[in-house]
Amino acid sequence: MKTRLFGTATIAALAFGLPAMAQTPIKIGFVSTFSGPQAAIGEDMRRSVELAKEHLGGKMGGVPFEIIYEDDQFKPDVGKQRSEKLVQQDKVNVVAGYIWSNVLLASLKSVTDEGDTILISSNAGPSQIAGELCNKNFFSTSWQNDQTPMAMGQYLQEKGVKSLYLMAGNYAAGKDMLAGVKRTFKGEIKGEDLTKWPDQLDFSAELAKIRAAKPDGIFIFYPGAHGVQFLQQYVQAGLKGLIPLYQVFSIDAITLPQQKELALGTLGAQEWVNDLPNEQNKKYVADFKKKHGVYPSYYGAQSYDSIMLIASAAEALKGDLSNKDKVRAEMKKANFKSLRGGFKYNTNQFPIQNFYIQEAVKDPEGMMTVKTIATAVKDGKDPYYEKCPMK
Amino acid sequence: MDYLLLQVLNGVQLGLLMFLLAAGLTLTFGIMDLVNLAHGSLYMMGAYIAWMLIGWTDSFVLGALLALPATFLLGVVVEAIVMRRLYVRDHLEQVLATFGLILFFNELVRVIWGPAGKSIAVPAFLNRTVEILPGVPYPAYRFAIIVVGALVAILLAWLVARTRIGMLIRAGASNRRMIGALGVNIELLFTLVFGLGAVFAGLAGLMAAPITSVKIGMGDDILILAFVIIVIGGIGSIKGAFVAAMVVGQIDIVGRAFLPDFLKTFLSASAASSAAPAISQVLIYIVMAGVLVWRPTGLFGQRT
Repeated sequence: MKTRLFGTATIAALAFGLPAMAQTPIKIGFVSTFSGPQAAIGEDMRRSVELAKEHLGGKMGGVPFEIIYEDDQFKPDVGKQRSEKLVQQDKVNVVAGYIWSNVLLASLKSVTDEGDTILISSNAGPSQIAGELCNKNFFSTSWQNDQTPMAMGQYLQEKGVKSLYLMAGNYAAGKDMLAGVKRTFKGEIKGEDLTKWPDQLDFSAELAKIRAAKPDGIFIFYPGAHGVQFLQQYVQAGLKGLIPLYQVFSIDAITLPQQKELALGTLGAQEWVNDLPNEQNKKYVADFKKKHGVYPSYYGAQSYDSIMLIASAAEALKGDLSNKDKVRAEMKKANFKSLRGGFKYNTNQFPIQNFYIQEAVKDPEGMMTVKTIATAVKDGKDPYYEKCPMK
Repeated sequence: MDYLLLQVLNGVQLGLLMFLLAAGLTLTFGIMDLVNLAHGSLYMMGAYIAWMLIGWTDSFVLGALLALPATFLLGVVVEAIVMRRLYVRDHLEQVLATFGLILFFNELVRVIWGPAGKSIAVPAFLNRTVEILPGVPYPAYRFAIIVVGALVAILLAWLVARTRIGMLIRAGASNRRMIGALGVNIELLFTLVFGLGAVFAGLAGLMAAPITSVKIGMGDDILILAFVIIVIGGIGSIKGAFVAAMVVGQIDIVGRAFLPDFLKTFLSASAASSAAPAISQVLIYIVMAGVLVWRPTGLFGQRT
């Protein structure tokens, strides 16, 4: 297969008299979680990357591209090792993906510094990379971790919620998420628990504490399988209907097939929702649903955007990604149709973008999904970009 | 006070789950002198088999009940094919072989059911709370775990203390060679005990599944705790496993419920949350070390 691609490329180069350099197939590494309890997230991302490939006709700037998927097994050390393999052995042009902030932080230097390779985070947005660790080789097609909970906190502040109890997994992203909500929510924090990540799935002790603390609301960050377990246990503890739940990344297209009606009416914040009314998003959601029979998630949408961002640079450079300065300059323009309806890059190469409040509902066919109910933040910037030395 | 009661119950629930796992382990270790690292795999298989059967029967109770004989059968097959060959080998070889079994079962699950995790929903009739005291609601499913766990513990205590097979099990735990010499069919006894251990592990796995979800390697972490429990309780002693499981369950809950708040009085929230589980983990090992200094064979250990 590979030889055939090379063969076609050589023939094409001869036929059109293009420089042979421009015809080297583009290689993209994609690191995500494809095994274990969080594999559903990786699968959603892979499906979206494949859909992007299909929409692009398998070519970027006239050059065929291939994607090499690597499984981080939800572990930082494995993620780092897989990233190194992509850079050193496969010699990919770009590494994309990364669900987890701790995996991304472990892998970052190996890709951006030692490998001098461009890394696009399709999800994780640890505060360190937005601030002092910002890097010319790092781009995000997602958000900085603080931003989504900041949108949620602001909405709750405006709604007049008096007190919250905060819970998240005790790792890089969880700490950012709780810091984020506290930036905008000024009411009383009745309690705060960072639970052991990712081992702890039994929240009985914490739910008993919440019952005793009697807050006006619970704010959680428990992505994927953890969100499913939290919601079930929250309902089993009899807290639904007693203390409302507000969430980020814990009720979405990945978790809803398992959470079902338990999630109905729960509010959350997100930068992308499946019903955002722009043409590229309508096409993406419709094609995804037709192919897989389920809704895509923001993980998928952001991964699709990652591929489209690379394609925009390849398009401008006629498929020649060999000059990294040029590639970075093109990518920084964010000159592509993002599924969230377009964004600009900040100095730290994180998007400046809107955040929406979404509600878990049933669609007309009876399938669980989320729909946009309000815009919480317009053109939001993350709170760390001023610490980034890049201007 | 209500709060304290809820947390104690949470500890009891956790302790009973670990007791089910430790019971099988302590029996195989104590009677057959077999170090079975793959006991956690039986816990995982119990959960996966239950997940599959619940899907087929569309009923949690029916699926769970059918999963028990299935895990017994699995235990018997594993014993006949692998374990039987290991009794005469030394512990190091047992560790190697049963570690291989862990890899085998993890891969088997990946091949049969795929790499993605599964979730078992709590049955509708348990998806609510029960009032254990007026005004103190407790999740019904967790209450059911306590009830089932307690029933199994009583059943096991009766089995070991009052029946012929229990007598053989106790005899086996104190002197294996002697009961062989007395003409007891030791092969059959071993198969039976191993199958029984598999059922308890499977039961623990399927009952934990709605709380922790079904995933590859789910038994590996909890297995280490189960080993600690049987060491504290005394290898081969069911009573010891029960007492130790209760102690470990309470330590774990204290670590999660009370330690973070206590540590927060002089540490940052994040540092306190990281330190609390670590301290409670260490506390479990300190208790183990203390018990071993005081009683080198564990609380109810028989062998010297």
